[in-house]
Amino acid sequence: MDVILAVINAAIRFTVPITLGAMSGIVSERSGIVNIAIEGMILAGAFTSFITNILLSTPGVPEFLQLQPIRLGVAILAGAAVGAGLALLHALLSIRFKVDQIISGTVINILSAGVTGYLYIGNQNSLGTLPAVVNNPFTTDQGLLYYLGAVIFDKGLLTYLTFFLVPFLGFCLFRTTWGLRTRSVGENPRAADTLGVNVYRLQYTNLALSGILAGLAGAVLVLEGVSFERGMSAGRGFIALAVMIFGMWRPSRAFLGALLFGFASAMQNQLQFFNVQIPHQFIAMLPYILTLVVLAGFMGRARPPAHVGSAYEVE
Amino acid sequence: MKQPQTPLTVELARPAETNQPPEQRTGFLRRLIQGFTLPLLSVFTAVIIGSIFILLAGYDPFRAFSGLLQGAFGTDGAITRTLIKMTPLILSGLAVALAFKGGLFNIGAQGQLVVGSLCSAVAGYALIGLPPLLHVIICLLAGIIGGGLWAFVPGLLKARTGAHEVISTIMLNYIAALLLEWAVAPGRTDAPPGPFAFCRLPGQCASNPNVTPPILESAYLPAIYTPGGNAPDYLHFGVIIALVVAILIWILLFKTTFGFELRMVGLNPSAARYSGIKVARMTILTMVISGALAGLAGAIQVQGVVHQFQTNQNLTLGFDSIAVALLAGSNPIGIIPSAFLFGAMDAGTTLMQATSRVPGELIQVMQALILMFVAADQIIRGMYRIKASGSGDKIRLSSTWGQR
Repeated sequence: MDVILAVINAAIRFTVPITLGAMSGIVSERSGIVNIAIEGMILAGAFTSFITNILLSTPGVPEFLQLQPIRLGVAILAGAAVGAGLALLHALLSIRFKVDQIISGTVINILSAGVTGYLYIGNQNSLGTLPAVVNNPFTTDQGLLYYLGAVIFDKGLLTYLTFFLVPFLGFCLFRTTWGLRTRSVGENPRAADTLGVNVYRLQYTNLALSGILAGLAGAVLVLEGVSFERGMSAGRGFIALAVMIFGMWRPSRAFLGALLFGFASAMQNQLQFFNVQIPHQFIAMLPYILTLVVLAGFMGRARPPAHVGSAYEVE
Repeated sequence: MKQPQTPLTVELARPAETNQPPEQRTGFLRRLIQGFTLPLLSVFTAVIIGSIFILLAGYDPFRAFSGLLQGAFGTDGAITRTLIKMTPLILSGLAVALAFKGGLFNIGAQGQLVVGSLCSAVAGYALIGLPPLLHVIICLLAGIIGGGLWAFVPGLLKARTGAHEVISTIMLNYIAALLLEWAVAPGRTDAPPGPFAFCRLPGQCASNPNVTPPILESAYLPAIYTPGGNAPDYLHFGVIIALVVAILIWILLFKTTFGFELRMVGLNPSAARYSGIKVARMTILTMVISGALAGLAGAIQVQGVVHQFQTNQNLTLGFDSIAVALLAGSNPIGIIPSAFLFGAMDAGTTLMQATSRVPGELIQVMQALILMFVAADQIIRGMYRIKASGSGDKIRLSSTWGQR
């Protein structure tokens, strides 16, 4: 029972950043911009949140900023802001300067790996992570209730936010004006433009949102996880894109994909404890191989937004 | 399709320029100068912005860049080091450039390169008793085949299922790194050693245990120049191979039917398909040749520099090669100066770090900036008031998201 609990909780921990990354991809690609820079935005978001958390607790910072809720709140916001900034750079390069969106994304990924590595200071310990919003009210004596409670409670704010975001984004995308506009720009920007949608403004807005989501994914990594390490995003941004494709650019289906990856990664950690006679490198490959399989299996069947990837020219 | 709108900055720049008839007299020298102007200005701008970065972090940019230059060109040994660093960058840069020409973005050069270097290293230590020349060639071939096979996978996936090569090659990079870590993992008390591990017994190696046995001397690439002094590096024959391959790839791309078809697929897959080119087959072939080039780069590193396979070697080569290829505009001959520049930056990093204490990642930041300026050439054109030249062949990579 404890093992199952550990697997489920580990799966949730892995699922959350990938879900946020996939949502980031959906918001951007639905409006017609391929965003392979999610990886770099996650990395930059993680670094910024981590370093903000540390800087705010150095001597000389005003008292009230040092309080844990404010300090962590500012750290989250900083991570999201940097994600948004990078996303706007991506937007500027690909919309204004018509750089190929894949190349622009790669530039941001390299830039982000370089800058975070350049500013990285080793051996900094994380100063407190996001506390559980609600603690598990049940005790071990209560059996099943305890285990259920241990899955539902004891999670940080961003985890709950992510689970709330999936249906919310689905609602926005398919039931609101913003969603309709976003989808129409992704499918046929010319038609949307003719009908009075400001295509560029919508794409800039959506990319900023996409960056915020990716930045939050980075914040989750360091604020509900471990200390910052160079290159700690470790392909999560790309896995998120695979999940997005698996989910056919729909938030709810993408979430299911993220859960699949979450469980695959969680099994990887647990198998190592079970002393299974498979070299740990092979187990660590699992999420990457799964990504390949998902890509190969679903890419042909999933239909991306029709106009994704090509720059739109206003007449 | 409408002509792309020219942005405001360039419009402003126009009147100041000469109003010569455009693009009629494209002599060789003229094209050469035109080809170099933008990359050089991009590098220059990146240096300026890099200096601001150094200042912001509280270091001295002059000291940093003079350290960089000194480390890259200061002595015989430094120049040799630059050329050694340049060699694999030419080959892996060619790998990325060739794929670009075929409309593919091979971010997997890194994975193909390390797989190639393992294959070469295994052939280098396991095949005993071969004459030197034959052994060298066999090891190089092993690297080529290893890299080619590793690239065959994303090529096949793209051609058969439409899986985008950017994601699949990145995943294969991670898989390659883990696979090779396993293949040379040292023996531990609780786990047997990997099949190609040098350190087979627990605690046999004090440091850096993730290596293959050293290759035999018969597999070494011969030295063509040994700098004076006590510099440990020597210039190996690989540099000649790289230069020759660059010319061969240029001939392949621009003087053969195959190259024509490859470029046609890159420019317009639909047109290529209707004119009878088998696009799927072309995609796979392009990817395999690209991987073979990256694999050759890995083999040359093993046989000319490291003399064994180490998991912590050549970790960024494959990624640097993307910048090399873009800076060269994917021109096989342009790859040579481009790789030379990146090789120099790489060679000078150590001394720069030592003299100015600027972290080596600065080079990565500069590479990203160069990449950005080369890709978004309108920024540079706007900054320095350069007229836009006739639009060249434009390959769109993101247009094929999910298409077969």
